Amino acid sequence: MRPFSYTRATEANAAAKQVSADKGAKFLAGGTNLLDLMKEGVENPSALVDISRLTLAQIKTTSRGVSIGALGKNSDTANHPLIRKNYPLLTQAILAGASAQLRNMATNGGNLMQRTRCPYFYDVAMPCNKREPGTGCGALEGINRMHAVFGWSEKCVAVYPSDMSIALAALDAVVKVKDASGAERSIAFADFHRLPGDRPEIDNNLRPGELITAIEIPKNNFAGNSYYLKVRDRASYAFALVSVAAALEMNGKKIKTARIAMGGVAHKPWRAFEAEKMLAGKEATEANFKQAAEAEMRNAKPLEHNKFKVELGNRGIVRALQMAMNGGAA
Amino acid sequence: MLDEYEAEELELDDDERELLATLSPEEQKQLTALGESRRDFLGKMSATGTAILAAQMLAHEQAMAFSVGEVSSAETSVAADALTVKMRLNGAEKIVQVEPRVTLLDALREKMDLTGTKKGCDHGQCGACTVIVNGRRVLSCLTLAATCEGQDITTIEGLAKGDQLHAMQAAFIKHDGFQCGYCTPGQICSAVALMSEAKNGEASYVTTNLRSTPRDLKLSDDEIRERMSGNLCRCGAYPNIVAAIREVHTGKSVDEAQAWSFAGEEKKDETV
Repeated sequence: MRPFSYTRATEANAAAKQVSADKGAKFLAGGTNLLDLMKEGVENPSALVDISRLTLAQIKTTSRGVSIGALGKNSDTANHPLIRKNYPLLTQAILAGASAQLRNMATNGGNLMQRTRCPYFYDVAMPCNKREPGTGCGALEGINRMHAVFGWSEKCVAVYPSDMSIALAALDAVVKVKDASGAERSIAFADFHRLPGDRPEIDNNLRPGELITAIEIPKNNFAGNSYYLKVRDRASYAFALVSVAAALEMNGKKIKTARIAMGGVAHKPWRAFEAEKMLAGKEATEANFKQAAEAEMRNAKPLEHNKFKVELGNRGIVRALQMAMNGGAA
Repeated sequence: MLDEYEAEELELDDDERELLATLSPEEQKQLTALGESRRDFLGKMSATGTAILAAQMLAHEQAMAFSVGEVSSAETSVAADALTVKMRLNGAEKIVQVEPRVTLLDALREKMDLTGTKKGCDHGQCGACTVIVNGRRVLSCLTLAATCEGQDITTIEGLAKGDQLHAMQAAFIKHDGFQCGYCTPGQICSAVALMSEAKNGEASYVTTNLRSTPRDLKLSDDEIRERMSGNLCRCGAYPNIVAAIREVHTGKSVDEAQAWSFAGEEKKDETV
């Protein structure tokens, strides 16, 4: 690991100032991803600003829904009574990710900032436009079993690894951020992460030095009918091949609103808008679920080794919707 | 052999300064960076006849994580960017001086004489380095020692009371919950923390009825396996590990014959 300076921040604005003034500086919260990347030589910050002691861990109800502090630990967030009662989809998604030890360390804001686990990104001997722009994409014609089937570009076919974010995407969360001047802004979750396009080195739309302070989830009527399905190579402690966050609001026998987001398929949490549109006003039958899944997955563009993700996505959407109808995470 | 250099200042004499001036900018950068190719660099330095300087640098780097406080008050050269960190370690106050990039794992093992915590993958994938910080199990390989200021840390060495083993340690022995033993300290620390998570009613991915939040959970074997999935055991002692945890969790003696069986026997039973 390259040497770096370490400072412990006591105030959010000062921390944002420090990071925005120094191109080599990074925020350190849980460190579960950043430290690993530093050991691999993928990330080489010259300064770490430890924000873990800032008082940004609170989970509280607001007039609009619930606000989750950026520095709350993943495990505490998943198990908070407010979250378990009103947003069990989020609890389930968080608990589907990593291990108990990592969830005890990882923060909510940090979870959003996770970088791809693409092996070409991790291996500094390999070309990777995300790690080193202009060097090419090793995965495009390499081993791309784990890679994207939606929204990829010739520059990058990596997928975004977070489970928590898939639930947040389905729940239309809002990311609250603060810059060095103390100015705050809100970013809709769908606009937070980005597709790779020509600039795969940029994962999200945060501006330099901006600090995530909280994540807001609006009130909803999904708690009784939501489910996070994660399909992976092992039963536990593995990244998703495909994951599906499904949430339904019913109006009698008919679906009033359906929300579906997918993980393991794109450079960002993938909202299945086609499938959602298809389900609105329909009955919650297996036939309708299948039709919706096909409407979404027919736009998939698989790579050489991940054609299976299309069928897996089809079945995953149907299964997650069925589980949601059966009470799901509730 | 390096000790003799410890007290010396990292100062260059004229010859060494001259040698240094002959280095390429890249090599000079490496010298100041002490980066990942330090070994290569030390090799080059030795080859160019500045072995003493190289050894000094090595000693200097070792001293970066030198622990002070009750361990020693020796006058030692410490890196300019060393940080003083005070923590509570297995019930006692400790002060350690570490360079920012030293992990808690390395500080424990290399500088605080606590080698019970094991370095497996060093990348947060195997759980061998699991310790308990403020009552929660965490990975010491992905924790910077510098971030541990004021934290309460328990390692495998802190679980027993004198000669009396922690119940989880005793259960691991009873159920043969290990073969080579390398993952065991991490498994046990993880399992001990798991007991309090279950008591607090914390859920896992396989927990049903997430919306209600009862305490004192009774964990099934599936629950135990899911909750222990962050601790790998390449000897494959998993059935015995689960049995040990189940025994401590339920407070009831688990029949050892149930704890394991040969795959063939299991099959035979199923077909009966």
